[in-house]
Amino acid sequence: MQFYGTELSSRLMLGTAQYDSPAILADAVKAAQAGVVTVSLRREAAGAQAGQAFWSLIQSLNVPILPNTAGCHGVREAVTTAQMARDVFGTDWIKLEVIGQGDLLQPDVFGLVEATRILTEDGFKVFPYTTEDLVVAERLLRAGAEVLMPWGAPIGSGRGLNNLFGLRALRSHFPDIPMVVDAGIGKPSHATAAFELGYDAVLINTAVAKAGNSAQMATAFRLACEAGLAGFAADPMEERDMAVPSTPTLGLARSLGGEML
Amino acid sequence: MTGPRILVRGAGVAGMVTAVALAEHGAHVTVHDIGGRVGAGASWFAGGMLAPWCEAESAPDEVTQDSLTSLNWWESHVPDVVRAGSLVVAPPRDTPELNRFGRRTSHFEILNAPQIDALEPDLAGRFDKALFFAEEGHVDPRKALLALAQRLKQQGGQVLTVQAINDDEFDWVVDCTGVAARTMQNDLRGMRGEMILLRCPEISLHRPVRMLHPRIPVYIVPRADSVFMVGATMVESDDTRGITVRAMTELLNAAYTLHPAFAEAELLEANAGLRPAYPDNVPRVKQNGKSISLNGMYRHGFLLSPARAQEVCDIIFGTDRA
Repeated sequence: MQFYGTELSSRLMLGTAQYDSPAILADAVKAAQAGVVTVSLRREAAGAQAGQAFWSLIQSLNVPILPNTAGCHGVREAVTTAQMARDVFGTDWIKLEVIGQGDLLQPDVFGLVEATRILTEDGFKVFPYTTEDLVVAERLLRAGAEVLMPWGAPIGSGRGLNNLFGLRALRSHFPDIPMVVDAGIGKPSHATAAFELGYDAVLINTAVAKAGNSAQMATAFRLACEAGLAGFAADPMEERDMAVPSTPTLGLARSLGGEML
Repeated sequence: MTGPRILVRGAGVAGMVTAVALAEHGAHVTVHDIGGRVGAGASWFAGGMLAPWCEAESAPDEVTQDSLTSLNWWESHVPDVVRAGSLVVAPPRDTPELNRFGRRTSHFEILNAPQIDALEPDLAGRFDKALFFAEEGHVDPRKALLALAQRLKQQGGQVLTVQAINDDEFDWVVDCTGVAARTMQNDLRGMRGEMILLRCPEISLHRPVRMLHPRIPVYIVPRADSVFMVGATMVESDDTRGITVRAMTELLNAAYTLHPAFAEAELLEANAGLRPAYPDNVPRVKQNGKSISLNGMYRHGFLLSPARAQEVCDIIFGTDRA
């Protein structure tokens, strides 16, 4: 699976915010063997290159960087932030967040489509943070996105995959589009579930950053992603509504009433 | 004149505590700060909380362990140390944050609503649950720094603010210049913090209150004369501009959430400073011959300076004399 023509070394994407220290962040990235790290660029800090010390630490991790527009509430703000991120990190990848609702940090899907169009025309490779809505997904692809990042649940909520039906429908509707479950994953099992639905990657931040032991949790997520990815690839069995004995019963002696002897 | 002559660069909390500790060992101490006064840097904007157990929420055990003697040090060196504990609360919808905080820390008791009301009557009816760290304390950082300068003077030391000073006149140089030392230490970075001071005679608090929130945890520290310090943001940035609208909005919202009466408070001051930090956010003493550096205080300046100053004394005077 390629993201804009790039094969990632791992399907686990890790956010870099909220860790107790950069040293703990570095340990977590290492333990996760993350394929990508995301980093947010606060607009006010970018002007004077004032976040340079932290960004240098991120760059020294030697993991591909996906800058994001976290915290942007409007199209213009998101576009400006994306352009600054391109200058700072020297990449045309951008994880596009346009927040429309402060309480749930829910994407403003109208602004998202608009910003995707503007940034794509400007040469960006856009990773839009969206809902599981099929129609919005269609519009994002038409606006130029070649990757989708539907939410599992609201950012930082740790609730896992809130709408299994919706995520499954999205996956089956766009089987060839690389898709990343972004936001809401709280536990390793949630990540496994995302891969079992056929998603190509997961993006995790708070669940690792706010764990009591970030590096250990990063390891747990790495294993959970491997498990989900391998489980999906191995073509899991179908669910049934009744028991099916795993040991063949043919030829076993039965009483007249049918019970096995 | 028997004691060594020691130059301490930087008159923030690390420098002043170190200077006083060295003078107690008989050193002839000169503190030098190009900022023109005591507390010209980040220390002036500190919360002044002496909270070893609360800090364990995000700091490694080492920080808690090394800061256990800090309360006694401050009590024996400056007036007006308050030991009334600290209170940790969360708005009802952020109760999971309180559970998390409790799992990561120790030395607290869980209070219910009537117990909170008894402790802080002005918060009556506002919170159902709180964590109370009874053994913690706090100081007013500005008063404390000035008191240390006074004490140093009595010990025969001095604080100079002249432009240049010659290292060769001293037996030891201890650099406590915070983020200014970045030019010499490339693993040191600035962590921007923004704070406000409010005057609100309608409310009285007896101890720092930390209000948890998944994105913007803040604390409110009571000072004399109905003044409250509200802080502090944590931004990975070397930006030295004044406080941003975003930060001010967050801090004001937090104060208002703690108590609506803060809406009528007078805004006395809004400021920003840069905490010096190493990659693990733990303050360190480093030695290179007769040069010693104490830096990376992060948000533990008042909490950890006494223990780290002791390490500086151990290097200069040997552990047996400590």
